[in-house]
Amino acid sequence: MSSSARHFAEAPQLNADVRLSVEQVSYAYSANPTQAPLFTLEATSFQARPGELVAILGPNASGKSTLLKLVAGTLDPLSGRVLLNGFATHTLPPRTRGQRIAMVQQESPLLFPSRAWEFVLQGRHAHGRSLRFESADDVLIARNALAQVGAEHLSDRWMDQISGGEKQRVILARALAQQPLLLLLDEPTLHLDIGAQVDLLATLRRLAAANRYTVVVVTHDLNLAGQYADLVALFQKGKCLRVGTPAAVFHRELLEQVFQTSLTVELGSSGRPRVSLPSAP
Amino acid sequence: MRPLTLSRLLGYCAMLGAVLFVVVVIALKMGAVPVSLYGLGHDLIRVAFRQSSQLSTEYRLIIFDIRLPRILLAIFVGASLSVAGSGFQALLRNPLADPYVLGVSSGAAVGAILALILEAHVALSPAIAVVFTPLGAFLGAALTVFAVYLLGRREGEIDTPTLLLAGVISASFLSAIIMFFMSTLTGGNYHGMAFWMMGDLSTPIQPLLGWILRVGFFVAAGTIYMTSTDLNLLLAGEQEAMHLGVDVRRVRVVVYIAASLLTALAVSVSGAIAFVGLLVPHAMRLLFGSDHRVLLPTAALGGAIALVVADTLARTVVSPSEVPVGAMTALAGAPLFLYLLRRRAL
Repeated sequence: MSSSARHFAEAPQLNADVRLSVEQVSYAYSANPTQAPLFTLEATSFQARPGELVAILGPNASGKSTLLKLVAGTLDPLSGRVLLNGFATHTLPPRTRGQRIAMVQQESPLLFPSRAWEFVLQGRHAHGRSLRFESADDVLIARNALAQVGAEHLSDRWMDQISGGEKQRVILARALAQQPLLLLLDEPTLHLDIGAQVDLLATLRRLAAANRYTVVVVTHDLNLAGQYADLVALFQKGKCLRVGTPAAVFHRELLEQVFQTSLTVELGSSGRPRVSLPSAP
Repeated sequence: MRPLTLSRLLGYCAMLGAVLFVVVVIALKMGAVPVSLYGLGHDLIRVAFRQSSQLSTEYRLIIFDIRLPRILLAIFVGASLSVAGSGFQALLRNPLADPYVLGVSSGAAVGAILALILEAHVALSPAIAVVFTPLGAFLGAALTVFAVYLLGRREGEIDTPTLLLAGVISASFLSAIIMFFMSTLTGGNYHGMAFWMMGDLSTPIQPLLGWILRVGFFVAAGTIYMTSTDLNLLLAGEQEAMHLGVDVRRVRVVVYIAASLLTALAVSVSGAIAFVGLLVPHAMRLLFGSDHRVLLPTAALGGAIALVVADTLARTVVSPSEVPVGAMTALAGAPLFLYLLRRRAL
């Protein structure tokens, strides 16, 4: 069964295989309850299995980050629900949520400086009791997490003295130290140069396969999504226009309409679509 | 990778504990009546072996009935203020937050001044009279904390900039009320008011009040300490903390109440002593890092050391007269604060 059909009603026997199930989830935001909502996210549905990488695509203010918060369970949906292994994410207690869902945000501000290894050990918080000292296991897991993103050498560096790409890797390592089922990333490539962007997505692809994470990435980079995602959900103005494989979603007319510019889409030899700007007149 | 261990934590605490001990011994020695170190050591050992009856009465009065209670008071007030400061700084994610920015001291001063005015008009039994003003200060502080908390919320959640602004504005509003009442006070009461405004440890407190302060400190500081790993993550932002498994809402309410209680207790026995709650946590962060499992106990000990030193100076530099200890901490604290600010160590 192709993944493009999976956002439609599905045969029950397949459900055992599904890890993340977004079911008709919607949201509305208004400055005060008497006013009409300023922003709405219309009912959205898709499903993902362990080891799959989902890309949430769309222009600014299309509802991507809102959807990610709904998936993370830190925002209560207006209707519908997001199930992770059968549990609605917004009803999970904070500690349980921290054990199952890891989030890499756009910015990780630092008020007081810390070293990379201290930062990665923060990922172990949800796995211990409130007041305790890190165990040898925690240290091992943190060290492995750093190794998995190729950042062992950064371990003793200060977080405010490493490059953006290096910092992003350490933040990813902290998420891995949570040993989650679901790994969420909100525009992780935003401040990275092109090499670091490709590197990050390739790492995510590899980790999803190796550790059986379900990965959901919010991005507006069409080509990165096209190259690395199993499933793409395309958003515009709070509406999910289409869900499917990159090849099924990346149609020229659709992308031109969503991003308000003329584009060309061609299928590469691997069957993955490539989007490019037409040459300037 | 060198994660914190219990023995390292205890090592830091033992180190600061030793410094505190030395400072206390020097503070016992210093004062209008000179006491030799040898004599002091001799007497301390005698007291330890319960032979205090062999001491001269005058000696015992000065050392154990005047200086020691005052030093103990300084220890608990200093510790309370700096633990509260560490808690507020983490909670509000603002390195400049301290108990006084939130208007707590002004609230306490209003409570105290109202109690002073009331005292003159109603007949009180002596037992109540001695705790009347501290009680007024405590209620004033607690009410202010509650009001600022309600004002500082948006959509049912604490909003940091709103809370800080609500605190600052409440403080200036309450200061205006203080000025209004000040004009109705006379003589001795006027002096008492200066005590609440500036911070002072020279007035001995009732033993009952001392016990409330000590028990309150251990309960409230212990409560904050139980959230120390949560506070470490809260520093990275509320969203981040939430994603790492922190029950942000619960931690915020618990720490806010406990830190406010510590401040209210300290202010009600000593008035408004500035800069301890702000600077000691920063100094400890520079020395031992920003992990709250280390920061909270070291800040408690550091606050105690700082206030014992400040109070000893306050009662000796212009001997036989005295400066309010709050003037001492502000004199030393403000330049130190500016230095750290310019060095960007804050």
